Amino acid sequence: MTAHQTDRRRSRRRDLMVRCAFVLPAALYMLAFFGYPIVKNLVMSFQAYDFSTFFNGRAPFIGLDNYAATLTDPIFLRALGNTGLFTLGSLAGQFVLGLALALYFRRRFPLSGLLRSLLLLPWLLPMIVSAAVWRWILEQDNGALNRFLEGLGLISDPIPWLNSSDTALIAVILVNIWLGIPFNVVLLHSGLQAIPEEVYEAGALDGATGARSFAHLTLPLLRPVVSVVLLLGVIYTIKVLDLIIGLTGGGPANATQTLATRSYEMSFVEFDFGQGAALSNVLIAIALAFSIVYLRANARAAKNG
Amino acid sequence: MSTLTLPAVRPVRRRPARAWLHTAVGILLVAVMLFPVYWMLNASLAPAGNSLNTGWLPLDPDFSGYSRALADQGQNLLTSLIVAIGACLLSLAIAAPCAYALAQLRIKGTGVLLFVVLISQMIPGIVIANALYTVYTPLGMINSIPGLILADASQGIPFAILIMRASLETFPTSIVEAARIDGCGHVRAFWSVVLPVSRNSLITAGIFSFLFAWSDFLMALTLTTGETIRPVTLGLYTYIGTNDTDWSAVMSTAVLSSLPAVILMIIAQKYVAAGATGGAVK
Repeated sequence: MTAHQTDRRRSRRRDLMVRCAFVLPAALYMLAFFGYPIVKNLVMSFQAYDFSTFFNGRAPFIGLDNYAATLTDPIFLRALGNTGLFTLGSLAGQFVLGLALALYFRRRFPLSGLLRSLLLLPWLLPMIVSAAVWRWILEQDNGALNRFLEGLGLISDPIPWLNSSDTALIAVILVNIWLGIPFNVVLLHSGLQAIPEEVYEAGALDGATGARSFAHLTLPLLRPVVSVVLLLGVIYTIKVLDLIIGLTGGGPANATQTLATRSYEMSFVEFDFGQGAALSNVLIAIALAFSIVYLRANARAAKNG
Repeated sequence: MSTLTLPAVRPVRRRPARAWLHTAVGILLVAVMLFPVYWMLNASLAPAGNSLNTGWLPLDPDFSGYSRALADQGQNLLTSLIVAIGACLLSLAIAAPCAYALAQLRIKGTGVLLFVVLISQMIPGIVIANALYTVYTPLGMINSIPGLILADASQGIPFAILIMRASLETFPTSIVEAARIDGCGHVRAFWSVVLPVSRNSLITAGIFSFLFAWSDFLMALTLTTGETIRPVTLGLYTYIGTNDTDWSAVMSTAVLSSLPAVILMIIAQKYVAAGATGGAVK
Protein backbone atom coordinates (compact mmCIF):
# COMPACT_ATOMS: atom_id res chain seq x y z
CA MET A 1 0.00 0.00 0.00
CA THR A 2 1.44 3.37 -0.95
CA ALA A 3 1.56 6.31 1.34
CA HIS A 4 -0.80 8.06 -1.02
CA GLN A 5 -3.47 5.37 -0.62
CA THR A 6 -3.25 5.36 3.16
CA ASP A 7 -3.60 9.10 3.06
CA ARG A 8 -6.70 8.87 0.94
CA ARG A 9 -8.25 6.22 3.12
CA ARG A 10 -7.52 8.29 6.18
CA SER A 11 -9.11 11.37 4.70
CA ARG A 12 -12.14 9.35 3.63
CA ARG A 13 -12.52 8.03 7.15
CA ARG A 14 -12.16 11.54 8.49
CA ASP A 15 -14.85 12.65 6.07
CA LEU A 16 -17.21 9.94 7.29
CA MET A 17 -16.58 10.94 10.88
CA VAL A 18 -17.36 14.58 10.15
CA ARG A 19 -20.57 13.58 8.41
CA CYS A 20 -21.60 11.37 11.32
CA ALA A 21 -20.92 14.23 13.69
CA PHE A 22 -23.86 16.05 12.13
CA VAL A 23 -26.23 13.30 13.24
CA LEU A 24 -24.58 12.41 16.51
CA PRO A 25 -26.10 15.03 18.86
CA ALA A 26 -29.63 14.26 17.63
CA ALA A 27 -29.05 10.52 17.86
CA LEU A 28 -27.76 10.84 21.42
CA TYR A 29 -30.65 13.08 22.41
CA MET A 30 -33.23 10.72 20.94
CA LEU A 31 -31.58 7.84 22.73
CA ALA A 32 -31.58 9.63 26.08
CA PHE A 33 -34.97 11.33 25.95
CA PHE A 34 -37.05 8.80 24.03
CA GLY A 35 -35.18 5.50 23.93
CA TYR A 36 -34.25 5.47 27.58
CA PRO A 37 -37.70 6.51 28.92
CA ILE A 38 -39.40 3.78 26.90
CA VAL A 39 -37.03 1.12 28.19
CA LYS A 40 -37.20 2.54 31.70
CA ASN A 41 -41.01 2.44 31.64
CA LEU A 42 -40.93 -1.13 30.45
CA VAL A 43 -38.55 -2.16 33.24
CA MET A 44 -40.38 -0.18 35.93
CA SER A 45 -43.66 -1.79 34.99
CA PHE A 46 -42.24 -5.10 36.27
CA GLN A 47 -40.91 -3.57 39.49
CA ALA A 48 -42.29 -2.49 42.81
CA TYR A 49 -41.14 1.06 42.16
CA ASP A 50 -42.64 3.41 44.71
CA PHE A 51 -41.92 6.15 47.21
CA SER A 52 -39.38 4.10 49.17
CA THR A 53 -37.39 3.41 46.01
CA PHE A 54 -36.33 7.05 45.98
CA PHE A 55 -34.82 6.63 49.43
CA ASN A 56 -33.30 3.17 49.50
CA GLY A 57 -32.94 2.58 45.77
CA ARG A 58 -34.62 -0.82 46.03
CA ALA A 59 -37.12 -1.77 43.35
CA PRO A 60 -37.65 -5.53 43.45
CA PHE A 61 -38.99 -7.28 40.39
CA ILE A 62 -42.53 -8.49 40.88
CA GLY A 63 -43.36 -10.00 37.52
CA LEU A 64 -46.74 -9.06 36.15
CA ASP A 65 -48.19 -7.81 39.43
CA ASN A 66 -48.42 -4.20 38.23
CA TYR A 67 -50.30 -5.23 35.11
CA ALA A 68 -52.61 -7.49 37.10
CA ALA A 69 -53.32 -4.68 39.56
CA THR A 70 -53.90 -2.22 36.72
CA LEU A 71 -56.21 -4.42 34.68
CA THR A 72 -58.39 -5.34 37.65
CA ASP A 73 -58.62 -1.78 38.93
CA PRO A 74 -62.18 -0.48 38.32
CA ILE A 75 -60.75 3.01 37.78
CA PHE A 76 -58.61 1.62 34.95
CA LEU A 77 -61.68 0.29 33.18
CA ARG A 78 -63.40 3.60 33.70
CA ALA A 79 -60.35 5.43 32.35
CA LEU A 80 -60.15 3.14 29.34
CA GLY A 81 -63.82 3.73 28.53
CA ASN A 82 -63.44 7.48 29.03
CA THR A 83 -60.36 7.54 26.79
CA GLY A 84 -62.42 5.86 24.07
CA LEU A 85 -65.36 8.24 24.46
CA PHE A 86 -63.11 11.27 24.73
CA THR A 87 -61.19 10.31 21.60
CA LEU A 88 -64.23 9.36 19.51
CA GLY A 89 -66.30 12.34 20.61
CA SER A 90 -63.47 14.81 20.11
CA LEU A 91 -62.56 13.44 16.72
CA ALA A 92 -66.10 13.36 15.40
CA GLY A 93 -66.77 16.94 16.48
CA GLN A 94 -63.42 18.33 15.37
CA PHE A 95 -63.60 16.65 12.02
CA VAL A 96 -67.15 17.59 11.09
CA LEU A 97 -66.80 21.21 12.21
CA GLY A 98 -63.26 21.43 10.84
CA LEU A 99 -64.37 20.15 7.44
CA ALA A 100 -67.34 22.51 7.39
CA LEU A 101 -65.06 25.48 8.12
CA ALA A 102 -62.43 24.30 5.64
CA LEU A 103 -65.10 24.06 2.92
CA TYR A 104 -66.41 27.49 3.81
CA PHE A 105 -62.96 29.05 3.70
CA ARG A 106 -62.12 27.40 0.40
CA ARG A 107 -64.07 30.16 -1.30
CA ARG A 108 -62.20 33.30 -2.04
CA PHE A 109 -63.66 36.40 -0.49
CA PRO A 110 -62.20 39.55 1.00
CA LEU A 111 -60.21 38.84 4.20
CA SER A 112 -60.61 35.05 3.84
CA GLY A 113 -56.88 34.45 4.33
CA LEU A 114 -56.71 36.66 7.40
CA LEU A 115 -59.81 35.10 8.96
CA ARG A 116 -58.49 31.61 8.31
CA SER A 117 -55.22 32.36 10.04
CA LEU A 118 -57.08 33.88 12.99
CA LEU A 119 -58.81 30.52 13.39
CA LEU A 120 -55.40 29.06 14.26
CA LEU A 121 -55.17 31.00 17.49
CA PRO A 122 -56.80 28.46 19.86
CA TRP A 123 -54.29 25.90 18.67
CA LEU A 124 -51.30 28.13 19.43
CA LEU A 125 -52.32 29.03 22.97
CA PRO A 126 -50.86 26.96 25.80
CA MET A 127 -53.39 24.25 26.56
CA ILE A 128 -53.47 25.15 30.22
CA VAL A 129 -54.50 28.68 29.26
CA SER A 130 -57.46 27.29 27.34
CA ALA A 131 -58.30 25.10 30.30
CA ALA A 132 -58.31 28.12 32.63
CA VAL A 133 -60.47 30.18 30.29
CA TRP A 134 -63.00 27.40 29.76
CA ARG A 135 -63.13 26.71 33.45
CA TRP A 136 -64.27 30.26 33.88
CA ILE A 137 -66.75 30.06 30.99
CA LEU A 138 -68.21 26.80 32.29
CA GLU A 139 -68.31 27.95 35.89
CA GLN A 140 -71.65 27.10 37.44
CA ASP A 141 -72.83 30.36 38.97
CA ASN A 142 -71.15 33.13 36.98
CA GLY A 143 -69.85 31.33 33.92
CA ALA A 144 -70.62 32.84 30.53
CA LEU A 145 -72.25 29.70 29.15
CA ASN A 146 -74.83 29.35 31.90
CA ARG A 147 -75.53 33.07 31.83
CA PHE A 148 -76.00 32.90 28.07
CA LEU A 149 -78.31 29.88 28.24
CA GLU A 150 -80.30 31.40 31.09
CA GLY A 151 -80.59 34.65 29.19
CA LEU A 152 -82.09 32.80 26.26
CA GLY A 153 -84.44 30.99 28.62
CA LEU A 154 -83.07 27.60 27.58
CA ILE A 155 -82.29 26.52 31.12
CA SER A 156 -83.82 27.57 34.40
CA ASP A 157 -81.13 26.23 36.74
CA PRO A 158 -77.43 26.67 36.13
CA ILE A 159 -75.75 23.48 34.92
CA PRO A 160 -72.70 22.35 36.95
CA TRP A 161 -70.79 21.53 33.75
CA LEU A 162 -67.49 20.51 35.31
CA ASN A 163 -68.74 19.61 38.76
CA SER A 164 -71.26 16.92 37.94
CA SER A 165 -70.20 13.45 36.87
CA ASP A 166 -73.08 13.48 34.36
CA THR A 167 -71.82 16.44 32.36
CA ALA A 168 -68.08 16.67 33.06
CA LEU A 169 -66.94 14.31 30.32
CA ILE A 170 -69.23 15.99 27.79
CA ALA A 171 -67.90 19.41 28.78
CA VAL A 172 -64.29 18.25 28.51
CA ILE A 173 -64.99 16.76 25.08
CA LEU A 174 -66.63 20.01 23.91
CA VAL A 175 -63.60 22.01 24.99
CA ASN A 176 -61.27 19.59 23.25
CA ILE A 177 -63.34 19.85 20.07
CA TRP A 178 -62.85 23.59 20.21
CA LEU A 179 -59.10 23.07 20.65
CA GLY A 180 -58.83 20.61 17.76
CA ILE A 181 -60.84 22.49 15.14
CA PRO A 182 -57.92 24.69 13.96
CA PHE A 183 -55.70 21.68 13.31
CA ASN A 184 -58.46 20.00 11.30
CA VAL A 185 -59.22 23.17 9.35
CA VAL A 186 -55.59 23.72 8.41
CA LEU A 187 -54.96 20.19 7.16
CA LEU A 188 -58.32 19.75 5.44
CA HIS A 189 -58.06 23.17 3.85
CA SER A 190 -54.66 22.38 2.38
CA GLY A 191 -56.07 19.05 1.19
CA LEU A 192 -58.96 20.85 -0.50
CA GLN A 193 -56.58 23.32 -2.15
CA ALA A 194 -54.70 20.40 -3.68
CA ILE A 195 -57.78 19.26 -5.63
CA PRO A 196 -57.44 20.89 -9.06
CA GLU A 197 -60.22 23.20 -10.22
CA GLU A 198 -60.50 21.27 -13.51
CA VAL A 199 -61.89 18.27 -11.66
CA TYR A 200 -64.89 20.33 -10.59
CA GLU A 201 -65.25 21.88 -14.03
CA ALA A 202 -65.29 18.45 -15.65
CA GLY A 203 -67.69 17.24 -12.97
CA ALA A 204 -70.01 20.18 -13.56
CA LEU A 205 -70.22 19.25 -17.24
CA ASP A 206 -71.36 15.80 -16.17
CA GLY A 207 -73.97 17.30 -13.89
CA ALA A 208 -72.08 16.93 -10.61
CA THR A 209 -72.61 20.16 -8.67
CA GLY A 210 -73.34 21.05 -5.09
CA ALA A 211 -73.91 18.07 -2.83
CA ARG A 212 -73.22 15.59 -5.60
CA SER A 213 -69.86 17.07 -6.44
CA PHE A 214 -69.02 16.99 -2.74
CA ALA A 215 -69.98 13.32 -2.37
CA HIS A 216 -68.54 12.06 -5.65
CA LEU A 217 -65.54 14.33 -6.17
CA THR A 218 -64.44 16.14 -3.02
CA LEU A 219 -64.73 13.32 -0.50
CA PRO A 220 -63.05 10.57 -2.55
CA LEU A 221 -60.20 12.90 -3.55
CA LEU A 222 -59.79 14.10 0.01
CA ARG A 223 -59.67 10.59 1.43
CA PRO A 224 -55.89 10.29 1.89
CA VAL A 225 -55.82 13.59 3.79
CA VAL A 226 -58.88 12.58 5.81
CA SER A 227 -57.25 9.38 6.99
CA VAL A 228 -54.09 11.27 7.97
CA VAL A 229 -56.13 13.87 9.87
CA LEU A 230 -58.15 11.26 11.74
CA LEU A 231 -55.22 9.02 12.61
CA LEU A 232 -53.08 11.93 13.81
CA GLY A 233 -56.16 13.07 15.71
CA VAL A 234 -56.35 9.74 17.55
CA ILE A 235 -52.64 9.81 18.35
CA TYR A 236 -52.79 13.37 19.68
CA THR A 237 -56.09 12.94 21.51
CA ILE A 238 -55.36 9.81 23.51
CA LYS A 239 -52.40 11.52 25.14
CA VAL A 240 -54.18 14.77 26.06
CA LEU A 241 -53.41 15.49 29.68
CA ASP A 242 -52.97 19.22 30.30
CA LEU A 243 -56.52 20.03 29.35
CA ILE A 244 -58.17 17.44 31.57
CA ILE A 245 -55.90 18.11 34.53
CA GLY A 246 -56.62 21.82 34.14
CA LEU A 247 -60.38 21.49 33.73
CA THR A 248 -61.36 18.73 36.14
CA GLY A 249 -58.25 16.92 37.39
CA GLY A 250 -59.88 13.71 36.21
CA GLY A 251 -62.86 14.19 38.48
CA PRO A 252 -65.52 14.41 39.70
CA ALA A 253 -65.40 10.80 40.93
CA ASN A 254 -63.14 9.78 38.00
CA ALA A 255 -65.79 10.89 35.49
CA THR A 256 -63.10 12.41 33.26
CA GLN A 257 -60.23 10.11 34.18
CA THR A 258 -58.36 8.89 31.06
CA LEU A 259 -55.40 6.56 30.66
CA ALA A 260 -53.04 9.53 30.48
CA THR A 261 -54.39 11.30 33.56
CA ARG A 262 -54.59 8.05 35.51
CA SER A 263 -50.99 7.24 34.64
CA TYR A 264 -49.96 10.68 35.88
CA GLU A 265 -51.99 10.22 39.05
CA MET A 266 -50.51 6.77 39.73
CA SER A 267 -46.94 7.98 39.38
CA PHE A 268 -47.02 11.49 40.73
CA VAL A 269 -49.91 11.54 43.18
CA GLU A 270 -49.89 8.00 44.55
CA PHE A 271 -46.15 7.63 43.91
CA ASP A 272 -46.55 4.14 42.50
CA PHE A 273 -44.26 4.44 39.48
CA GLY A 274 -44.54 0.73 38.76
CA GLN A 275 -48.27 0.88 38.14
CA GLY A 276 -47.96 4.28 36.51
CA ALA A 277 -45.48 2.75 34.07
CA ALA A 278 -47.73 -0.26 33.41
CA LEU A 279 -50.56 2.12 32.55
CA SER A 280 -48.45 4.29 30.31
CA ASN A 281 -47.26 1.17 28.49
CA VAL A 282 -50.88 0.40 27.68
CA LEU A 283 -51.06 3.94 26.33
CA ILE A 284 -47.88 3.47 24.28
CA ALA A 285 -49.22 0.24 22.81
CA ILE A 286 -52.38 1.98 21.63
CA ALA A 287 -50.45 5.00 20.32
CA LEU A 288 -47.97 2.82 18.45
CA ALA A 289 -50.70 0.72 16.85
CA PHE A 290 -52.28 3.87 15.44
CA SER A 291 -48.87 5.29 14.54
CA ILE A 292 -48.10 2.35 12.31
CA VAL A 293 -51.44 2.69 10.56
CA TYR A 294 -50.77 6.41 10.27
CA LEU A 295 -47.29 6.01 8.77
CA ARG A 296 -48.73 3.66 6.17
CA ALA A 297 -51.60 5.98 5.34
CA ASN A 298 -49.19 8.89 5.14
CA ALA A 299 -46.87 7.02 2.79
CA ARG A 300 -49.87 6.24 0.62
CA ALA A 301 -51.01 9.89 0.71
CA ALA A 302 -47.51 11.03 -0.29
CA LYS A 303 -47.44 8.57 -3.16
CA ASN A 304 -50.84 9.61 -4.51
CA GLY A 305 -50.49 13.31 -3.87
CA MET B 1 -61.75 54.52 -30.98
CA SER B 2 -65.01 54.48 -32.82
CA THR B 3 -67.20 57.49 -32.83
CA LEU B 4 -70.21 55.42 -32.12
CA THR B 5 -70.54 55.02 -28.41
CA LEU B 6 -72.37 51.94 -27.35
CA PRO B 7 -73.53 51.61 -23.83
CA ALA B 8 -70.71 49.78 -22.11
CA VAL B 9 -71.56 46.16 -21.69
CA ARG B 10 -70.95 45.64 -18.05
CA PRO B 11 -70.49 42.14 -16.81
CA VAL B 12 -73.09 41.08 -14.32
CA ARG B 13 -71.38 42.08 -11.13
CA ARG B 14 -73.24 40.28 -8.44
CA ARG B 15 -70.00 39.00 -7.06
CA PRO B 16 -68.70 41.79 -4.85
CA ALA B 17 -71.85 42.00 -2.77
CA ARG B 18 -71.97 38.27 -2.43
CA ALA B 19 -68.29 38.07 -1.61
CA TRP B 20 -68.75 40.59 1.17
CA LEU B 21 -71.66 38.54 2.47
CA HIS B 22 -69.25 35.61 2.67
CA THR B 23 -66.85 37.85 4.55
CA ALA B 24 -69.57 38.79 7.01
CA VAL B 25 -70.44 35.16 7.69
CA GLY B 26 -66.73 34.35 7.90
CA ILE B 27 -66.23 37.07 10.51
CA LEU B 28 -69.17 35.69 12.47
CA LEU B 29 -67.72 32.17 12.40
CA VAL B 30 -64.31 33.39 13.54
CA ALA B 31 -65.95 35.51 16.25
CA VAL B 32 -67.75 32.46 17.65
CA MET B 33 -64.53 30.42 17.55
CA LEU B 34 -62.52 33.16 19.23
CA PHE B 35 -65.15 34.02 21.83
CA PRO B 36 -63.17 32.28 24.60
CA VAL B 37 -60.14 34.38 23.73
CA TYR B 38 -62.26 37.52 23.89
CA TRP B 39 -63.76 36.36 27.15
CA MET B 40 -60.31 35.88 28.63
CA LEU B 41 -59.39 39.44 27.69
CA ASN B 42 -62.71 40.77 28.97
CA ALA B 43 -62.46 38.97 32.30
CA SER B 44 -58.84 40.07 32.74
CA LEU B 45 -60.06 43.68 32.72
CA ALA B 46 -62.77 43.09 35.31
CA PRO B 47 -62.29 44.34 38.86
CA ALA B 48 -60.64 41.96 41.33
CA GLY B 49 -62.67 39.51 43.35
CA ASN B 50 -64.68 36.62 42.10
CA SER B 51 -66.41 38.83 39.56
CA LEU B 52 -70.05 38.28 40.31
CA ASN B 53 -71.08 40.62 37.56
CA THR B 54 -68.58 40.64 34.74
CA GLY B 55 -70.14 42.63 31.94
CA TRP B 56 -70.19 41.39 28.36
CA LEU B 57 -68.02 44.36 27.40
CA PRO B 58 -65.05 45.79 29.34
CA LEU B 59 -66.63 49.24 29.49
CA ASP B 60 -64.80 50.18 32.64
CA PRO B 61 -61.44 48.42 32.34
CA ASP B 62 -59.69 47.74 35.59
CA PHE B 63 -56.01 46.81 35.50
CA SER B 64 -55.67 45.55 39.05
CA GLY B 65 -55.84 41.95 37.75
CA TYR B 66 -52.69 42.62 35.75
CA SER B 67 -50.82 44.20 38.61
CA ARG B 68 -51.63 41.23 40.82
CA ALA B 69 -50.74 38.80 38.05
CA LEU B 70 -47.40 40.51 37.49
CA ALA B 71 -46.66 40.58 41.21
CA ASP B 72 -47.52 36.89 41.67
CA GLN B 73 -46.43 35.48 38.34
CA GLY B 74 -43.76 37.86 37.05
CA GLN B 75 -40.96 35.57 38.19
CA ASN B 76 -42.72 32.56 36.63
CA LEU B 77 -43.12 34.39 33.33
CA LEU B 78 -39.40 35.06 33.35
CA THR B 79 -38.67 31.39 34.11
CA SER B 80 -40.88 30.36 31.19
CA LEU B 81 -39.12 32.81 28.90
CA ILE B 82 -35.66 31.52 29.83
CA VAL B 83 -36.73 27.88 29.48
CA ALA B 84 -38.46 28.50 26.15
CA ILE B 85 -35.53 30.40 24.66
CA GLY B 86 -33.15 27.73 25.92
CA ALA B 87 -35.26 24.90 24.51
CA CYS B 88 -35.61 26.74 21.20
CA LEU B 89 -31.83 27.25 20.83
CA LEU B 90 -31.08 23.69 21.92
CA SER B 91 -33.64 22.28 19.49
CA LEU B 92 -32.22 24.22 16.56
CA ALA B 93 -28.61 23.40 17.47
CA ILE B 94 -29.37 19.68 17.58
CA ALA B 95 -31.96 19.47 14.83
CA ALA B 96 -30.45 21.62 12.08
CA PRO B 97 -27.26 19.58 11.49
CA CYS B 98 -29.26 16.38 11.76
CA ALA B 99 -31.88 17.53 9.26
CA TYR B 100 -29.11 18.52 6.85
CA ALA B 101 -27.41 15.15 7.22
CA LEU B 102 -30.68 13.26 6.75
CA ALA B 103 -31.56 15.19 3.62
CA GLN B 104 -28.20 15.67 1.95
CA LEU B 105 -25.39 13.50 3.28
CA ARG B 106 -26.07 9.92 2.51
CA ILE B 107 -25.00 8.06 5.61
CA LYS B 108 -25.88 4.43 6.18
CA GLY B 109 -28.41 3.82 8.92
CA THR B 110 -29.82 7.32 9.08
CA GLY B 111 -33.11 6.04 7.69
CA VAL B 112 -33.64 4.38 11.03
CA LEU B 113 -33.11 7.70 12.78
CA LEU B 114 -35.76 9.34 10.62
CA PHE B 115 -38.20 6.59 11.49
CA VAL B 116 -37.41 6.98 15.19
CA VAL B 117 -37.99 10.73 14.93
CA LEU B 118 -41.40 10.17 13.31
CA ILE B 119 -42.46 7.66 15.93
CA SER B 120 -41.12 9.76 18.81
CA GLN B 121 -43.73 12.44 18.14
CA MET B 122 -46.40 9.94 19.02
CA ILE B 123 -44.98 8.88 22.37
CA PRO B 124 -47.20 10.27 25.13
CA GLY B 125 -45.40 12.88 27.23
CA ILE B 126 -46.33 11.12 30.45
CA VAL B 127 -44.04 8.22 29.47
CA ILE B 128 -41.09 10.59 29.26
CA ALA B 129 -42.06 12.41 32.44
CA ASN B 130 -42.34 9.13 34.38
CA ALA B 131 -38.84 8.08 33.44
CA LEU B 132 -37.22 11.52 33.65
CA TYR B 133 -38.43 11.99 37.20
CA THR B 134 -36.67 8.83 38.31
CA VAL B 135 -33.43 9.95 36.65
CA TYR B 136 -33.62 13.65 37.48
CA THR B 137 -34.14 12.96 41.19
CA PRO B 138 -30.74 11.32 41.88
CA LEU B 139 -29.03 13.75 39.48
CA GLY B 140 -30.43 16.77 41.32
CA MET B 141 -32.09 18.03 38.14
CA ILE B 142 -35.56 18.42 39.62
CA ASN B 143 -36.32 22.14 39.95
CA SER B 144 -33.59 23.15 37.54
CA ILE B 145 -33.71 25.29 34.43
CA PRO B 146 -31.37 23.01 32.42
CA GLY B 147 -33.52 20.05 33.39
CA LEU B 148 -36.63 21.74 32.04
CA ILE B 149 -34.88 22.92 28.88
CA LEU B 150 -33.68 19.41 28.08
CA ALA B 151 -37.10 17.90 28.79
CA ASP B 152 -39.05 20.54 26.87
CA ALA B 153 -36.85 20.13 23.82
CA SER B 154 -38.31 16.64 23.46
CA GLN B 155 -41.18 18.21 21.54
CA GLY B 156 -39.14 20.73 19.60
CA ILE B 157 -36.32 18.50 18.37
CA PRO B 158 -38.34 15.88 16.43
CA PHE B 159 -40.58 18.57 14.98
CA ALA B 160 -37.63 20.75 13.95
CA ILE B 161 -35.83 17.81 12.36
CA LEU B 162 -38.87 16.92 10.26
CA ILE B 163 -39.65 20.48 9.19
CA MET B 164 -36.06 21.30 8.22
CA ARG B 165 -35.42 17.97 6.56
CA ALA B 166 -38.49 18.45 4.38
CA SER B 167 -37.22 21.79 3.14
CA LEU B 168 -33.63 20.60 2.71
CA GLU B 169 -34.79 17.64 0.61
CA THR B 170 -35.59 20.07 -2.18
CA PHE B 171 -32.35 21.98 -1.71
CA PRO B 172 -30.16 21.38 -4.78
CA THR B 173 -27.19 19.17 -3.90
CA SER B 174 -25.14 20.92 -6.57
CA ILE B 175 -24.90 24.08 -4.48
CA VAL B 176 -23.30 22.23 -1.59
CA GLU B 177 -21.07 20.35 -4.02
CA ALA B 178 -19.95 23.59 -5.63
CA ALA B 179 -19.02 24.94 -2.23
CA ARG B 180 -17.18 21.73 -1.42
CA ILE B 181 -15.19 21.96 -4.66
CA ASP B 182 -14.28 25.50 -3.71
CA GLY B 183 -12.58 23.99 -0.69
CA CYS B 184 -15.32 24.30 1.90
CA GLY B 185 -15.38 21.62 4.58
CA HIS B 186 -18.67 20.01 5.54
CA VAL B 187 -19.03 22.28 8.54
CA ARG B 188 -18.25 25.42 6.59
CA ALA B 189 -20.62 24.42 3.76
CA PHE B 190 -23.37 23.78 6.27
CA TRP B 191 -22.82 26.99 8.19
CA SER B 192 -22.33 29.48 5.38
CA VAL B 193 -24.26 27.90 2.50
CA VAL B 194 -27.01 25.62 3.80
CA LEU B 195 -28.17 27.54 6.86
CA PRO B 196 -28.64 30.93 5.19
CA VAL B 197 -30.59 29.37 2.34
CA SER B 198 -32.84 27.36 4.64
CA ARG B 199 -33.62 30.42 6.73
CA ASN B 200 -37.39 30.02 6.40
CA SER B 201 -37.64 26.52 7.77
CA LEU B 202 -35.14 27.44 10.47
CA ILE B 203 -37.43 30.26 11.61
CA THR B 204 -40.52 28.03 11.50
CA ALA B 205 -38.75 25.34 13.51
CA GLY B 206 -37.49 27.93 15.99
CA ILE B 207 -40.93 29.48 16.49
CA PHE B 208 -42.56 26.15 17.18
CA SER B 209 -39.77 24.89 19.43
CA PHE B 210 -40.19 28.07 21.43
CA LEU B 211 -43.98 27.74 21.60
CA PHE B 212 -43.86 24.06 22.56
CA ALA B 213 -41.58 24.83 25.50
CA TRP B 214 -43.50 27.96 26.46
CA SER B 215 -46.76 25.98 26.49
CA ASP B 216 -45.36 22.96 28.27
CA PHE B 217 -47.30 22.00 31.34
CA LEU B 218 -46.56 18.33 31.91
CA MET B 219 -42.79 18.66 32.42
CA ALA B 220 -43.34 21.69 34.64
CA LEU B 221 -45.89 19.77 36.67
CA THR B 222 -43.77 16.68 37.12
CA LEU B 223 -40.19 17.97 37.17
CA THR B 224 -40.59 20.92 39.52
CA THR B 225 -41.76 20.77 43.10
CA GLY B 226 -41.20 24.17 44.65
CA GLU B 227 -41.97 27.78 43.92
CA THR B 228 -38.46 28.92 43.01
CA ILE B 229 -38.39 27.42 39.52
CA ARG B 230 -41.96 27.42 38.27
CA PRO B 231 -42.97 28.03 34.66
CA VAL B 232 -46.03 30.23 34.24
CA THR B 233 -48.18 27.36 32.94
CA LEU B 234 -47.81 25.68 36.30
CA GLY B 235 -48.22 29.03 38.05
CA LEU B 236 -51.53 29.48 36.27
CA TYR B 237 -52.64 25.99 37.26
CA THR B 238 -51.87 26.49 40.94
CA TYR B 239 -53.64 29.85 40.66
CA ILE B 240 -56.90 28.20 39.55
CA GLY B 241 -56.56 25.56 42.22
CA THR B 242 -56.87 27.99 45.10
CA ASN B 243 -60.24 28.01 46.81
CA ASP B 244 -60.98 31.67 46.51
CA THR B 245 -60.11 32.14 42.87
CA ASP B 246 -59.51 35.72 41.82
CA TRP B 247 -60.62 35.32 38.22
CA SER B 248 -59.39 38.69 37.01
CA ALA B 249 -55.84 37.86 38.16
CA VAL B 250 -56.14 34.35 36.68
CA MET B 251 -57.33 35.71 33.35
CA SER B 252 -54.65 38.40 33.37
CA THR B 253 -52.06 35.67 33.82
CA ALA B 254 -53.73 33.72 31.00
CA VAL B 255 -53.52 36.77 28.72
CA LEU B 256 -49.86 37.31 29.58
CA SER B 257 -49.16 33.61 28.91
CA SER B 258 -50.85 33.92 25.53
CA LEU B 259 -48.80 36.90 24.40
CA PRO B 260 -45.94 34.97 22.74
CA ALA B 261 -48.38 32.97 20.62
CA VAL B 262 -50.34 36.06 19.65
CA ILE B 263 -47.24 38.13 18.88
CA LEU B 264 -45.67 35.36 16.81
CA MET B 265 -48.92 34.85 14.94
CA ILE B 266 -49.04 38.51 14.02
CA ILE B 267 -45.39 39.14 13.12
CA ALA B 268 -44.58 35.72 11.67
CA GLN B 269 -47.87 34.57 10.16
CA LYS B 270 -46.19 33.02 7.14
CA TYR B 271 -43.90 30.83 9.25
CA VAL B 272 -46.65 29.80 11.63
CA ALA B 273 -48.86 28.71 8.73
CA ALA B 274 -45.94 26.72 7.27
CA GLY B 275 -45.41 24.93 10.57
CA ALA B 276 -49.09 24.13 10.99
CA THR B 277 -49.20 21.91 7.93
CA GLY B 278 -45.55 20.96 7.67
CA GLY B 279 -45.46 18.73 10.71
CA ALA B 280 -48.24 16.45 9.57
CA VAL B 281 -48.52 15.82 5.87
CA LYS B 282 -45.23 15.34 4.13
